Amino acid sequence: MMTQIETILAGKGIYFLTLLLLTLGLYGIIVSRNYMKKLICMNIMQVAVIFFFLCFAQKNSGTIPVAMKHIVHAVEYINPLPHGLMLTAIVVSLGTTGVGLALLTRIKEKYGSIEEKDIIEGEKQFR
Amino acid sequence: MKNLPAYIVLLPLCSALLSLALSKIHKHLGRDVVFGALVGSLVLSVVQLVRVIQNGPIHYIFGGYKIPYGIEFSVDTINAVIVIMVCMLGVLSCMFAFNFDKNGDALQVGGAYTMHALLVLGMVGMTMTGDVFNLYVFLEITSLTAYCLIAMGGSRGIVSAFRYLLVGTVAATFYLLGVGILYSVTGTLNMSDMAACLKQGNNDSAMLMAMMFLISAFGIKMALFPFHGWQPSAYTHAHTGARPLIAGAMGKIPAYAMFRYLYCIYGKDFKYFRYVLLIIGVISVCGMIYGSVRAMAQKDIRKVLAYSSVAQIGYISLGFAIGSPLALAGAFLHMLGHAFMKGGLFFAAGAISWKYGTFDLNDFGRIYKRMPFTAGLLTVGALSMIGIPPTVGFFSKWYLACGAAQTHEYVYIFVLVLSSLLNAVYFFKVIEKVFVQADKNRKPLHPEGKGVTEAPITIMIPVVTCILMILLLGVFNVKVIDILLISLKGVAL
Repeated sequence: MMTQIETILAGKGIYFLTLLLLTLGLYGIIVSRNYMKKLICMNIMQVAVIFFFLCFAQKNSGTIPVAMKHIVHAVEYINPLPHGLMLTAIVVSLGTTGVGLALLTRIKEKYGSIEEKDIIEGEKQFR
Repeated sequence: MKNLPAYIVLLPLCSALLSLALSKIHKHLGRDVVFGALVGSLVLSVVQLVRVIQNGPIHYIFGGYKIPYGIEFSVDTINAVIVIMVCMLGVLSCMFAFNFDKNGDALQVGGAYTMHALLVLGMVGMTMTGDVFNLYVFLEITSLTAYCLIAMGGSRGIVSAFRYLLVGTVAATFYLLGVGILYSVTGTLNMSDMAACLKQGNNDSAMLMAMMFLISAFGIKMALFPFHGWQPSAYTHAHTGARPLIAGAMGKIPAYAMFRYLYCIYGKDFKYFRYVLLIIGVISVCGMIYGSVRAMAQKDIRKVLAYSSVAQIGYISLGFAIGSPLALAGAFLHMLGHAFMKGGLFFAAGAISWKYGTFDLNDFGRIYKRMPFTAGLLTVGALSMIGIPPTVGFFSKWYLACGAAQTHEYVYIFVLVLSSLLNAVYFFKVIEKVFVQADKNRKPLHPEGKGVTEAPITIMIPVVTCILMILLLGVFNVKVIDILLISLKGVAL
């Protein structure tokens, strides 16, 4: 029994953790009342997906994907593509966070607060 | 002209990068460069469509890397037509936006057109790309620029943009998860290669999981019924110059991407294909009713049009849910037609607000006397939304109904008719306001001469073009359907 759980945890446990992180982020976006917190939760969610990609790219007894003379078979290297993709995804999430923070600054200027109830109150003034 | 697909993307990209710098030299230099580049893209995309019809699909490979390792642009008749639609709306709304940047400084004006060009670039790229991760990058370009353009619409626009940013990022994350699952199963990112790998393997449950993520991702981006929460306020409070482009084209491109995933990557061999189609059918039917009912209750024309978009996107995804070649062609015809209808109605609303500074339907009384072309566009667009021949709205609904009859899905025909009747309720209200209601004699914002004075020529060209496109697409619908069917025959049910 214990060994079964151990093998599942060793093989797939990390995916449960990333799923937990993803749902945590989603939950945070839904329930937080503060827009800054929503933005942070959005970032947590993006990180979860990055972890997901990095996890399935992992391989036992593989080395870094730099061609070496004595290692000739492709099997012995890690696939670099998911890591490359995630570099792009990190850049995109940086861009999104930047735009989000810029918008938050403007919201703070116009409405004087980034709490949801104050913003909803403030929205009634503008048509 | 070997590099035709690359040029269509590169021209707006270069102009976008130049626009901000050039507007430092002269306020309007940047916007002229962007406009020229978009016109160039439009011309090239027409050339591309002609080539595709004559010589078959184009596969453009970037950097000479072998497929499936490199990135490719694959263009068949479907996306060639959609690229033309996007470029055309891009040119028209760029021209339209000339009138709404009077009181910004050089940085604001240049930046707005940078965003404009990047939005067109993102949508064109999403349409043409043959690589699933490339599609993600273009999706993010489209979304980020859309957030900026919505935020430029003023105090409420900023809040709408921020809410859209949260929801849109959830969508992008879900898309990335779906891609991750598919990549871990197939080990490839190229669309056609992925389709071949998925056919061989026996990974139905993983594919179903990925499909659920993809449907919710594209559903959020195209504002399909249960995911539409961000859309009405975003359309309402967006920058007036960019609103036709955002409302007219931005919702259609994720719908097109959903079609690619459903029919080109998954295909009818997928074990749960019927169930997936059923789910899409049910949510689009709900959306068609819900959007029309909500639109009836609105007084602001922007809100009316935004809620009607929820219903009209439902028509497009309904076509995907039916899945016969005729229904798919009808869905794409509706995509084209609706881009010009909704874009056109927002052009008309923008023209009225340029002149009188109002979006309230009750202020539209007898506006046909002073703005005959704009009133004409409101009428033609409204009739096309309801679906009255010879406008394009009738024919796209007709093909959808024909497709539904072929596959014996009579419930869909019933809902189609019901939704059209609901459309009639609120669009006849618009027509009534324009022609019958008492004139409020609002003061024009800009000084004008005697007699009939329309908005300036840069507003009139988009308005007249939209009227013509709605009528021409309707009259020559058989031609368009034939072009679409060249590529659709291979993939439909």
